[in-house]
Amino acid sequence: MEYVNPLTGFRLDGRRPNEMRQIRGEIGVVAKADGSALFEMGNTKVIAAVYGPREVQNKGQQMDGQALVRCEYSMANFSTGDRARKSKGDRRSTEISLVIRQTMEASILTHLMPRSQIDIFLQVLQADGGTRSACINAATLALADAGIPMRDLVTSCSAGYLCSTPLLDLNYVEDSAGGPDVTVGTLVKMDKVTLLQMDAKLPIEMFTDVLQLAIEGCKAIANYIQEVLLENTKKLECMRGS
Amino acid sequence: MMRELHVSLNQTQKVRLQAAFQHLSDIGSQASSGLLVSVSDTIPVNNEDGILKGHGTSERDGQVVATVCGVVERVNKLVYVRALRARYKPEVGDIIVGRVIEIAPKRWKLEINFSQDAVLMLQSMNLPDGIQRRRTAVDELNMRTIFEENDVICAEVRGFQHDGSLHLQARSQKYGKLERGQLLRVPAYLVKRRKQHFHDLEQYGVDLILGCNGFIWVGEHVVPADNEMVEDQESTLKDKEQSYTPLEIRQNICRIANSVRLISALGFAISVDAIIDTAEASKSSNVDIKDMLGAEFYVQTAEREVQKRISLLKKKRG
Repeated sequence: MEYVNPLTGFRLDGRRPNEMRQIRGEIGVVAKADGSALFEMGNTKVIAAVYGPREVQNKGQQMDGQALVRCEYSMANFSTGDRARKSKGDRRSTEISLVIRQTMEASILTHLMPRSQIDIFLQVLQADGGTRSACINAATLALADAGIPMRDLVTSCSAGYLCSTPLLDLNYVEDSAGGPDVTVGTLVKMDKVTLLQMDAKLPIEMFTDVLQLAIEGCKAIANYIQEVLLENTKKLECMRGS
Repeated sequence: MMRELHVSLNQTQKVRLQAAFQHLSDIGSQASSGLLVSVSDTIPVNNEDGILKGHGTSERDGQVVATVCGVVERVNKLVYVRALRARYKPEVGDIIVGRVIEIAPKRWKLEINFSQDAVLMLQSMNLPDGIQRRRTAVDELNMRTIFEENDVICAEVRGFQHDGSLHLQARSQKYGKLERGQLLRVPAYLVKRRKQHFHDLEQYGVDLILGCNGFIWVGEHVVPADNEMVEDQESTLKDKEQSYTPLEIRQNICRIANSVRLISALGFAISVDAIIDTAEASKSSNVDIKDMLGAEFYVQTAEREVQKRISLLKKKRG
C-alpha cells in the first residue's frame, strides 16, 4: 500500500510527512478531580484525571522520602471500531500504564510530597493511533492543573518510517502498517528523553532522522501546552481578583 | 471554568457572560502586576546575586525556573511562585475545617485537603467537662463520644511534627464539632487568610466558617456554651437534641451555601462580603434558593462582580 503519494508527497489523510495532526487541549473537564485535562491529536481523544497528592491508600506502599505515583490507562469500549471487549488488566494496558507512570515520575518532584500518593487516571475515548503520546500529553496538562510541582513539561509524540519517508505523528492506518513506530517522550526545556519505544526494526541511519522528527513534534506540542497552561492560569488569577 | 456547576445558557446569556469575563480579564490585567508563569518557564531575576528560591521554583543552568503554574511573588531576595489550583498548604495558626475519617489510639485522623491526613491528638483538645487534667485510659476509650467517624470538625493548625505529620489543636470553645449545617468544598486558593474566619451572620441566624483549607461550613448559629456544671451540660445537650432547626434558618443556610457554590464555580475569591452580597442580591431580586444555581443568576452574579471591581478600581485611582 502507498502511505505516501509518490507524486504529491502527501499522506493518506492529506498531511505532509512532517506534519502533525491538529492538537487541542482543555483543562478542567472532571469536576471532582484535583486536576484534569482532555487532549486530542486528530481523532485520538484522551481524558486524564489526577487525584492527589493524598494520603496513601495502601499503607504498605507508603514511602518516607517521596510520593507514590500510580497510573491507570484504559480504553473505552467504544474507542475503537470493532467494539472489542477489553478487560481492565490486559497486557497492553498494563504495559502502557507502567510506561506512562515511569515517564511522569521522571518529571514530578516526588521528594516534595513525602508519604503521599498521586493517582493518574487515563481513559482513551477515541483511538486513532498514538494513544500513548496523547495520554502522556494529557497527563502533563492534568498534573500541572493539579498544581503538582514538575521539573519540566513532559510531552510525547510518535514518528514512523514508511515508503522510505520519516513520518510524524502516525495515525491508526499508518500505525498498523507494520512499519517502525517510534514513540518519544521528552523533557523539552531540559533537552532530555524520558521515553523511547520502538516497534519493529529500523536502520541506524534512518533512526536518528526519525527520532529527530519525533523530538521536533514534542517541542511543538510543548509550545502548545505551555500556551494552554498560561491562558488557564491567567483566567484563574483574573477571575479570583485581588 | 465551570468545573462544579453546569448551567445551560441561552444565546443572550452566553454573550453577556462572555462580555463579563472579558471585562474581568481586562480589569485583572490592569490591576495585577504579578508575572504569570507556567511549568518550566524561566523567572527573570536580572542576574541578581543571592536570590533565594522559594516554593514552586527550582534551578536549571543557573536560571530560576517555575515548577508549578501560578503568580511570581517577590519578598526582598526571596522569589517564589504562588500556585493557584493546588491542594492546601498548611501554615501554623490556620483555622481549618475537616472531616474525621479514622480514630486511632489517642488521636483522630482528619481529611483536610492536604497531601496527608491531619492528626488531632486527644491531649491537644479541651475535654467536654472543661477540666484541665491528664488524659486517662478512660478518656481514650470514650473518644467516640467526642468525635465520631464522619463528624465535621473545626480546628487550628498546630504545626508539623518531626516525622512530617501535621498536627492540629482545638483548645478553645470556638473549635470542635460542627452540627446542623452544610460542608462545602472549594479550591483552597479562593480562601484568603484573614484575621477573622468565624462569622456570625446575625441577620440570617447562620454561622459561617471559612476554613483556610477550602472547606467551608455553613450552619445554624450556636451560642457558645459556658463551662458550667457537668449536669447542666447534659441537660442542655438533651434540649438541643429535642429542638430542631427552624425552617427559616434551614432556608437561610441553603441560600448562603448556594452563594458559596456560585462564587466558587465562577472562580471569584471567597469572602464574607461577597457571600452576603450574593445572598442579598438573590433575595432582593426574588430568586428562589433552587434558582440561585441557574443560568440567569449565574450571569447576573458575574456582571455584578464586574461592576464591583470597576468601582473598586476607580476608588483606587481617584
